[in-house]
Amino acid sequence: MNRGLSPGGYVGAGLLLVFIGAALLGPWLAPYSPTAQDLDHILAGPSALHWLGTDENGADLLSELLHGARLALLISVSVVLSSALIGVTIGMTAGYFRGWVDEVIMRVVDVLLAFPGILLNIAVVATVARPGVGVLIFALVLNGWVGYARVARGQVLSLRELEYVHAARCVGAGPWRVMTRHLLPNLLSPILVQMTFGVGTVILIEASLSFLGLGPQLSYTWGALLDQGTTFLWHTQRVVFVPGLAIMVVVLGSNLLGDALRDHWDPRRVR
Amino acid sequence: MGDSLTLGLMSLGSFILRRLGSSAVAVLGVCVLVFSFLHMIPGDPVDAITGGEATPEQRRKIAECMHLNESLPAQFGMFLGSLADGSLGRQCPDPSGKPTVMQRIVQVFPYTVELAIGGLLVALLLAIPLGVLAAVRRGTWIDAVAAVVSLAGLSMPVMWMGPVLLDIFYVDLQIAPGPSFADEPFALLLPSIVIGTHLMAMLSRMTRSSLVDVLHEDYVRTARAKGLRPSVVVFKHGLRNALLPVITVVGIQFGAMLGGAIITEKVFARPGLGTLLIDGISERNYPIVQGTVLVIAVCYVTVNLLVDLSYGLADPRIRRA
Repeated sequence: MNRGLSPGGYVGAGLLLVFIGAALLGPWLAPYSPTAQDLDHILAGPSALHWLGTDENGADLLSELLHGARLALLISVSVVLSSALIGVTIGMTAGYFRGWVDEVIMRVVDVLLAFPGILLNIAVVATVARPGVGVLIFALVLNGWVGYARVARGQVLSLRELEYVHAARCVGAGPWRVMTRHLLPNLLSPILVQMTFGVGTVILIEASLSFLGLGPQLSYTWGALLDQGTTFLWHTQRVVFVPGLAIMVVVLGSNLLGDALRDHWDPRRVR
Repeated sequence: MGDSLTLGLMSLGSFILRRLGSSAVAVLGVCVLVFSFLHMIPGDPVDAITGGEATPEQRRKIAECMHLNESLPAQFGMFLGSLADGSLGRQCPDPSGKPTVMQRIVQVFPYTVELAIGGLLVALLLAIPLGVLAAVRRGTWIDAVAAVVSLAGLSMPVMWMGPVLLDIFYVDLQIAPGPSFADEPFALLLPSIVIGTHLMAMLSRMTRSSLVDVLHEDYVRTARAKGLRPSVVVFKHGLRNALLPVITVVGIQFGAMLGGAIITEKVFARPGLGTLLIDGISERNYPIVQGTVLVIAVCYVTVNLLVDLSYGLADPRIRRA
């Protein structure tokens, strides 16, 4: 356990740190408002005025990108944290109590896994006329918890049979205490790995929904930028490349760090 | 011998029945979910159809055609009825001349199927050689290149890769057909690459780690010790056993691919289930949305069922469990 992370893990962590830094400092770093229109420079290339150029509304692409980073961070952190909290609670309950509780929960999980997750996200977002960020987060958490619940349940199913858990129960620890004090700490590493991968997944799904025109009704989410960029692909490729690259950097970072953390905590995987 | 065969067939039968049962429950659950979401939508579906400009008489007719005056359970019953008669619902206000939802789905279904198969082929054809090479040459530069390729594939957003490929191969090189030419030969190539890349990345990683595990097994060492050629050891003894988890991932990820089809179809302006769904949503055409989601879910469940069955057939330990 004293080994450090693999080099890939540090690269991943670095990429995520750049993303978080851009998201937190974005509004101060951004030279313009993401919605300000410079009508003299529509779809203009990079210049001293606009480092990354402008989009078809004359908005500064760098400013849009930085404000978009803030949204992406807000959405991914909220979705991942809520999903993990709900999923771990549900999964631990199912695994600890077994019986009909487990049966009911697993049936619900089966239904949610019975169709592509993005369909449920689309269905929820489409039911709202003008979805905001809150609706999007709700839609993503609605099936986002399932993965965490499965991991937590699987772990608890094997952990609950171990001697130290029996011992805790023998000295009179109740279910709540056993779960929070004795089981939860042993769940944390696989859940953290899942959360790290989750950041990338959420950003991809948000971008997909925005690309389909179903995301939050803001012009500067990364997916919305990509969508606008595609419309003007024949005119300039820049508006597509920039947000796409931003998405890729974050997803790559989360995959690299996730892989490294998994290897770090699971000695069997080191080969 | 005869007895054990009968026993085996019986356990296979009950395995299939059990899986069919849980698939049916899942599909019914999807029906309930989709139905309830569509009925939670604020706003009047009649307004969505008429754009708000209709006489009370017209509105009454549309509401009647859509059974909006009935209770929710009765409406759900009628939805199930439209499943039973195979129409999946009608297009109000004037259903007689228009195709049913089912007919519209049947029309575009082949496009999505060919896209999914194309993507699957791209994924398998690239992933398995890549994974095998990486496993056999573990720790060399080949392994590193394979790792980079699969990481890039995992991280590349579909809606980015599509436009980029179009830009290179259609706009600049002019060797690939552009978007909205779904019927041209080779029109399937770029969309298949776009939709298959993510799965390719997952499968090559899976193949690699699974094969690395298998190559450490005792029987593989025995095969080597017998003096078998390395290729026979890797492909016959190793890969055959390593592929089981890969098949499972194909099944699980098939759904993600159907999701990816929605985006890929939009990028390439292809007809298909995804395009139908998105058009249905933007027109607020709920029978279409309901029907498309259901068909996608049924496809997904069916593929998973087939994967489970093939898994059970391939590995007797699973059907007894």
